[in-house]
This record gives sequence, structure tokens and C-alpha cells, in this order.
Amino acid sequence: MVTVVHENLEDTDAKMSARDVSVYYGDKKAIDEVSIDIPTRYVTAFIGPSGCGKSTFLRTLNRMNDTIPSARVEGDIMLDGEDIYKSGMDVVQLRARVGMVFQKPNPFPKSIYENIAYGPKIHGLAEGKDELDAVVEKSLRRAGLWEEVKDRLQDSGTALSGGQQQRLCIARAIAVDPEVILMDEPCSALDPIATAKIEELIDELNGRYAIVIVTHSMQQAARVSQRTAFFHLGKMVEYGRTSDIFTNPLEQRTQDYITGRYG
Amino acid sequence: MSLTILLLLALGLGLAGWLAARARAWTFRKASPTGRLASLPSYHAWYVALWIVLPVLVFIAIWSAVAPGLVTQSVLAAPAADQLPAFGFQRQTILNEARAVATGAAQGVFNPLAREFVEPYREALSFYNWIGIAATLVIAFLGGAFAFLRLKPDFTARTRVERIVMAILLGASLVAILTTIGIFVSLVFETLRFFGMVNPIDFLFGTHWAPDPMSNPENPDATRYGAIPLFWGTLFIGAIIAMIVAIPLGLMSAVYLTQYANPRLRAWVKPTLEILAGVPTVVYGYFAALTIAPAIRDLAVDLGASNPSSESALAAGLVMGVMIIPFVSSMADDSIAAVPQSMRDGSLAMGATTNETIRRVLVPAALPGIVAGVMLAISRAIGETMIVVMAASTAANLSANPLDSMTTVTVQIVAMLTGEGSFDHPATLSAFALGFVLFMVTLGLNFIALRVVKRFREAYE
Repeated sequence: MVTVVHENLEDTDAKMSARDVSVYYGDKKAIDEVSIDIPTRYVTAFIGPSGCGKSTFLRTLNRMNDTIPSARVEGDIMLDGEDIYKSGMDVVQLRARVGMVFQKPNPFPKSIYENIAYGPKIHGLAEGKDELDAVVEKSLRRAGLWEEVKDRLQDSGTALSGGQQQRLCIARAIAVDPEVILMDEPCSALDPIATAKIEELIDELNGRYAIVIVTHSMQQAARVSQRTAFFHLGKMVEYGRTSDIFTNPLEQRTQDYITGRYG
Repeated sequence: MSLTILLLLALGLGLAGWLAARARAWTFRKASPTGRLASLPSYHAWYVALWIVLPVLVFIAIWSAVAPGLVTQSVLAAPAADQLPAFGFQRQTILNEARAVATGAAQGVFNPLAREFVEPYREALSFYNWIGIAATLVIAFLGGAFAFLRLKPDFTARTRVERIVMAILLGASLVAILTTIGIFVSLVFETLRFFGMVNPIDFLFGTHWAPDPMSNPENPDATRYGAIPLFWGTLFIGAIIAMIVAIPLGLMSAVYLTQYANPRLRAWVKPTLEILAGVPTVVYGYFAALTIAPAIRDLAVDLGASNPSSESALAAGLVMGVMIIPFVSSMADDSIAAVPQSMRDGSLAMGATTNETIRRVLVPAALPGIVAGVMLAISRAIGETMIVVMAASTAANLSANPLDSMTTVTVQIVAMLTGEGSFDHPATLSAFALGFVLFMVTLGLNFIALRVVKRFREAYE
């Protein structure tokens, strides 16, 4: 079965593009020949039922699957035309350009300040205390967290509420000035109010970074994304403008999923 | 001899009670219209058996403490007792000889007077033996009858048996705690006796250690009981040299095993390291005394030291450090492995290398556990005896040179207790004061370590 890609997408230039990407865990094929262009200026949502491979595919985009010994990736993934799986590729540089926010907020057990300063420090992005302070403030402002934490930057990051922790993690990712931000179900551990704040934040970041978000919630995909890819059983079934996918899907399986017939 | 008989008797009676009670419970079951009892027959059986065995065991414990005294008393009632010497030691020797012959442990007596007592002993022993057996039977019968008469179809034997079992388990866990308290009390008692002779200030802060077990015990020279050189030696060997070896090596091995080693390598390296912890310390002691200490002396000679000791603090400390590695490494390994994978992912996703992730995220997050492991290791190292007895010397030097010979608290405890001084001499009693200080220090370290571990656990749960 071939992926259905809507034809009205030619207005975008691709930040990342995947061609015939398959991922194996041992002998098990988790992703089957997925090809997709991730646009530079939009939010792209990956939707699909549990176990469909959307998170696995997301993790191939900054090679986080490298940490799983049995995982193997075939096919090409390009970042600005450069193959990120070529030999000699610097994974450290790749991950600085393609940041990631995880399902469960995972601030380091350090102060709020140190959480943000972590990336700039290891990548040598800031010289001196003043510059580092500026990066921390800018990142926290962009993540909409500055006003809430500016008076307690030395408090532990783990002492914040769940929603604040997740925005801290987004601020941490922003601090190294990435080009792409991958978000793996960033709201699944949060309450509705915290979720609304994160979605608002994604809207604000849209345009500055290419954002890819994996989500279980179709409403969330509809609210925050401009492009949607529907995954099912390790294959990408359909990819198009979010409005088209939700109102006028071309594939029966997409139709069934978004109308709630399964998943 | 008689103790074995009593124990076997108790078990036999218990078994009989068990069988009888089970048979009784079965008859209830047959008679009951539904075929159901409040408890299974085996619980009835255990209920009766426990009621027989436990009181009997308590009796045996008391009896085996009381009976020898009763035997001696009745022997002393014999007419020949008037001829016994009054002095305790001689008197005891004669009685022991007679007793040995009476029980068949010896063939004949050296002291002719002892012969007079063989027959009274034999009589008294067999008399009290029978008393013991009779009392056992009576107690077993009373306990068994009491329990057996309570058996009824609706008797809740199960809850009662479980309550008894719980009490036994509680008792088992109390034994260790009570023993610790007992040790503590006996230490305190002897320590106070010592401090009655030597001023605690002189002991704790004096810098000259040379107790003379042959001196007049009535008037000890307090200036010879300054324990600072021992505390320093213990600290220097156990907490400084050993830790300089054990902390980096243990930590690095833990980092390698949790972060770099492939699972197959880890599967055999980790257990191997933990087996190291089971090597008897006396074996490490040989290694320290026969291999490391001479090597260090030779090295010191090569480096130009004029007269190096062959019993250096360095040798004992190095080997002790190696011995401690598994403790540090195992605790560090566990606490690094307990840092959630999401921390590691978070750091790697920021573009940190594995190395940066370990140094900046994993080790700081695991630090409380690592610190606790190090504290437990220190408390083990300063309490360690065999290695220092074999490799360190008995000369109490207050020196910062690791090539000097030094002694530790534990070495001096051994030296004082095995010396030729009498038991109530302050030189011997000083061993208890040293033991008391050591006990308090290791107790404190373990206490702090456990507190740290507890806080660390709360952080992630």
C-alpha cells in the first residue's frame, strides 16, 4: 500500500526529508518505508493509534534510537539536504540542531537556571556569565515561563508543577537555538490547563522553528498543526494539510480513525 | 547429652500432638453436615503442636541455665565437701574433674580428693536429668491438653497459628537488635570501668599511646593512654588511603558497567566484582603482608628513603582500598542505574555526549546514593581488623607519612585483649573503650548513610 500524499503541498520547502525509511527492532519491523518532507515554517503533527510507530519515527529524526542497541534504520533522512545517518555524521551537532521534548517532563535534578544553561554550556554557546544569563532569560521568555520563575531561578527544576516542568524542558531545548524541535506527546502527562499553555506556546514558536509533534489527541493535532501525517501499523497512510486530513481524508483508514472508529 | 534428649522429646511430643489434633479435626469434618470447618485440619494440628513445643522450648532454655547450679549445690551437700579448699580456683578445678569423670568425658582424676565427688556428681546428674524429662513431659501434656480441648469445628485455629508465627518472626528480628543493645551495654559497662581509672580527656585527646600491662593497675599512668595516634592511624589507613583507592576505582567501574559495558560483559563482570566482597579479609591480609608491604618498602628504598618500615600504613590502606571497591562500586552502580532513563535521554537529546551526560547529569543525580555507599565503605574500612593486624604494625605513630608504620584502633584492641595483662588491668580495659569509640563512629556513619539513602529514594518515587 502506498502512502497517499496530498498534492497541494508544493508551497513548502523541506527542512527535513525522509525517503523510504524503515526501522527495525531486532527482526521486528517497526517502521515500513516512510517518506515525508517536514516543512520549515509549519507545525507537523504525527497522529495514529498506539503502537503505530509515530514515536519511533520521530526518534529517528535526531537519532535518539541510537541509544537502543537493537534498533536499526534503513533509508535516508536529510536535514537541509545532508544525510544524518551518513558515516562521520556528528550526532552531537545533529541533536543540537534537532532538539527534542519528551512525553514525561524530565528536568534535570538541578536548579531552573542550570537546566537551561546546560545545553549552552556543553555546546559553548555563551561566553561569560552575562551572556549565559541573557540566553537563560531569552529561552525562558520564549517558553512563556520567565514571569513565573524569574525570582526563583536557583530553585530545583523538579520542584515546578508538571506543566511548568514541560515548559522548562521546551525552554531547555530552545536554549541551544535548534532548527527543528521534536515533541513526543508533550501534553500526555499534563492536565487540560497546562496542555492549553503548551499548545499556546507551540503556536508562538511556530515559524521560528520547524516543529514536529506526536500526539494521541486528534483535537490537539487539529488545533496546533498545519500538516498532519497519519500512521498506522508502521506505515504512513496519509499526509497532507491538517484541514484537509480532518475534513476531507482521501484514505478510508484515515477517515475511520478520525471519526473514532478505531484507535 | 540431656539437652539433646529433651529437645528430641519436645519434637516427638509436638509431632504426636500434631497427628492427634489433625485426626480430631478430621472427625469434626466428617461430622459436619457441610464438610467445612472454620480452619483446615492442618491448622488445628499446628495449633496443638506449637502449644506443646513452644512452652517446652522455653522450659528447656530456663532449665539448661538452672540445672548445673542445682547439680553443684547437691554435690556440695556431700560429706566430702568440708575437705574442699576454700579458694575458688582450686575448688572449681576439683569439681570440674569429678564432673568430667561422672559424665564419662574423662577416665580418671589427678586430684585424689576429686574421686570423692564422682559418685555424688553421677547421682545428682541423673536425678536432675529425670526431673528435667519429667517436667518436660508435664509441661508438654499441659500445653497439649489445653490446646487440644479448645479444638471445635468453629475454632479459628488458622488466625491463632498465624498470630503465633508472626510472634516467632518478630522474635527473630528482635534477636539482632537485642544483641546489638547487649553488646552496647557490655561495652559501656567495661568502658566506664576504664574511665574510672583513666580520665576520658586523657584518653580521647592524649597523643602518646603506650599502655603497659605489667604496670601497677591501681595507679595507671594516664599519659600513656592517649588514643589520638590510634584514631589518626585508623582514619589515615581506613578513611584516607583506602578511600583514595576505592572511590575513584569503584566509581569508574560503576560508570563503565552501567553506561558503556555491553550486557554480556556486564553479566559476568558485576557478579565477579561482588564475589570480591566475599573474599575473607584474612586472605587480603596475607596479600598485604607478603606481597604489597615488601614491594612498597623496596620502592621506598629505590626512592631514597633511609630506613623504611616493612609495615607501612600505605600497604594496609592500599589493600583495604581494593577490598572496599566492590562496596563502593555496587552502591554506585545501583544508584546510577536508578537514575531514570528519561534524564539520560533528556541530556543526550540536548546534544550532550555520553561522557558529558555521565559527568553532568547521571553522577550528580546519583550522588546521594554514591555518598551513602562511600560512608558504608568507610565504616567497614575503619572497623576492618584482619588486614591491619597482618599488614600494619602495632607502633602508635602520629605521622602523615604513609610509609611510616602506624597502628589502628582494631589492631590495638586485638593487642590489648590478647596481651598478658590481667582482665581488670586498665591496659586490657582500654580495648573496650577503643571498641566503644569505634562502635559509636561506625554507628554514626551507618546512620547518616541510611538517612541519605532514604532521602535519595524519595527523590524519584
